[in-house]
This record gives sequence, C-alpha cells and structure tokens, in this order.
Amino acid sequence: MKHPITLTALAALALTGATAAWAQKTASDGIAEYRELLADGNPAELFEVKGEELWKKARGPKNASLEKCDLGKGPGVVKGAWAELPRYFADTGRVQDLESRLLTCMETLQGFKAAEIAKLDFGKGEMANVTALSTWISGQSKGFGFNLPQNHALERKMYALGEKAFFYRGGPMDFSCASCHGEEGKRIRLQDLPVLYKNPGDGLGMAAWPAYRVSNGQMWGMQQRLSDCYRLQRFPNPDFASDVTIALQTYMGVNQKGAKIITPALKR
Amino acid sequence: MADPMRIRAQVAGDKATVRVLMSHEMETGQRKDSSGKAIPAWFIQEVTVAHNGAPVMTAQWGPSVSKNPFMQCAIKGAKAGDKVTVSWTDNKGDKRTDEATVS
Repeated sequence: MKHPITLTALAALALTGATAAWAQKTASDGIAEYRELLADGNPAELFEVKGEELWKKARGPKNASLEKCDLGKGPGVVKGAWAELPRYFADTGRVQDLESRLLTCMETLQGFKAAEIAKLDFGKGEMANVTALSTWISGQSKGFGFNLPQNHALERKMYALGEKAFFYRGGPMDFSCASCHGEEGKRIRLQDLPVLYKNPGDGLGMAAWPAYRVSNGQMWGMQQRLSDCYRLQRFPNPDFASDVTIALQTYMGVNQKGAKIITPALKR
Repeated sequence: MADPMRIRAQVAGDKATVRVLMSHEMETGQRKDSSGKAIPAWFIQEVTVAHNGAPVMTAQWGPSVSKNPFMQCAIKGAKAGDKVTVSWTDNKGDKRTDEATVS
C-alpha cells in the first residue's frame, strides 16, 4: 500500500532532521544550558549574606567592625573596590589584592593575627570568613568593568612580575599558566579554558572568581583559585597572598580592563 | 540557629513565585571522612511554607536532597505586601525560620 511507505519515509525524514539539529548543539552549549538552569539560587548568595554580616559586625580582640577598612577607594567604600584590585596601598607600602587587604584590615582594625589566619586551610575558621567577605565584596563590583590602576611604580612592577610568572615554565610537568591558558579554543574535560594573557571577554577569567563550585559544594575566592591552579601544574602551593598570586592578579586584571565582572559566579 | 535562608517572592498575575535558597550541609550519612568513618547523616526533614501565617505547603525531605537546597513554589492568590514564611527542621532537631515580603 502506498500510505504506510509514505508515512515511514516522512518519519525517517523527521528523525534525520531531529538528529541533525541535536548534533549541532556542541558540548559547550549543553554545559552553558546546564549552568543557566543552576544560576537561579546560586549558593554563593549565602556566602554573600555571611560576608556582609562579617563586614558590619564588631569582632576580634579589638571588638571592631571592618566598616572603616580601606579597599583602595577610601575607608568603607566597597562598591567598585574589587574592580580596582590589586593596587598599591600607601599605609602598607605594597601592592595588595583583596584577600591580603582583608587580612591587613582584620589585623589593624579588629586585632586578629594576619599571619595565623594566612596559615589556615581554605574553608576553616577565620579563613572561611575571609572567603565569605571576598564573596560579598566582589559581588559589590558585579557589572563593573575591571579598572586596575597602574599609576604607581610598584603596580607596574607587579604587572611585569605577573607577566613573567604567567609564562614561567616549571614544576615536574614543565607547565606554565600559558600551558593551559595560552591558546584559543582549548578545553579540559568539560571546562572551556579562557586565554588569560589578554582579555578573554566579559564574565571570564578574573571576572568569574570568586565562584561557588557545584561539584564540591565549596565557595572559592581568588586566592584559592590561584592556589589550585598551581596544584594542577604540580607546583608547590603558593603561600596565601604571596607576591606571585598578587602579581598574577595584577597582570590578568590589567589585561582584562573593561571586562564585565559577574562575581560571585557559579562553576561546575 | 543555623545560617539564614535567602527568600525571594515575586507576584506574577494571580500567584507569587517563591524562591528559597537554604544553607545546609545535607549529609546523607553515606560519605566517609579521611579516616574511613561515616560522616553522620544531617539533613532537613521538613519544610513548611506559610502565606500570611497560614501554611500552604509542607515538604518531607530525605538524604537525597543536595547541599544548600534551592526550592521554588507558587502561591495562588498572593499579593504584593503579603508575608511569606519558610521554616525547616532537620534530623538533629535544628530549626530555621525566615520571612520575606511579596514584591
């Protein structure tokens, strides 16, 4: 009979059409869709709330809040501060990133011992508080474009050091940052790798951390992200807020001038 | 009391969409720590949503709900200015209640 054959032919055509459309969606598209579904209710918001509480609460041996902390735009100015860090601070005479600046303020304003906090594991004790604070503070720069200053000689020196560190090959695998982040269109498993010696665009690279990692249910600040990058290269982990981590942030942040910040973000 | 929840409630037509993000470890009891010992189960067992004081939804959760649970529901007949209260109780008896106003 004619009809069944025609119907089968139509069905076959329909199937081919559907398969072709399905094949066009890349792995990256699928991952992006999954991320969009997760975006509502980003657990990073819980850390933002905590961070804001910690900023305003009187704590530590001096029983003071952090509300007078200068993050580079004046004491207590938090909006837009993350978009301009790392930068030079006259009171400490060095270039500092957000997390080292928080340690400075926690010591000078609240009486905590910065050196002791720096030794703690990520996610433990006061270190977890530093992460919550940096989550909230970075969220206060959401939508801003990076605008790191390079007016001071030390800021420019940090940039140069960061550039050197970015391309420095070492460790047992002879890796540098550029080994993974130095070529367009690369991916490790399900993670697209942004090119970080230049501006990878809005919401990528520096603009995407601090972020909540769904896979291990942890909130990661920039220090933890960089420390883990070194672990992935099989380098020894850098000390918390060591010069190389500040230098790399300076290098990448300056390169990403204008890139829109989306923090706190959500990662796989 | 545990860490606060984030509640957002927005009117759309004749109902309000309520979105809640709860802060909770939600341990299944199956995970093992580094010494091989099982980490005790610790998870939210009951969730209640109330609209202007009247309960409109009760949920019974088990260990299969993930860490930092996100929940969304719609309340019919809710108007801007109404109070939405979300409460949870976990298997250790810990509780948390937070409130939000429908916008």
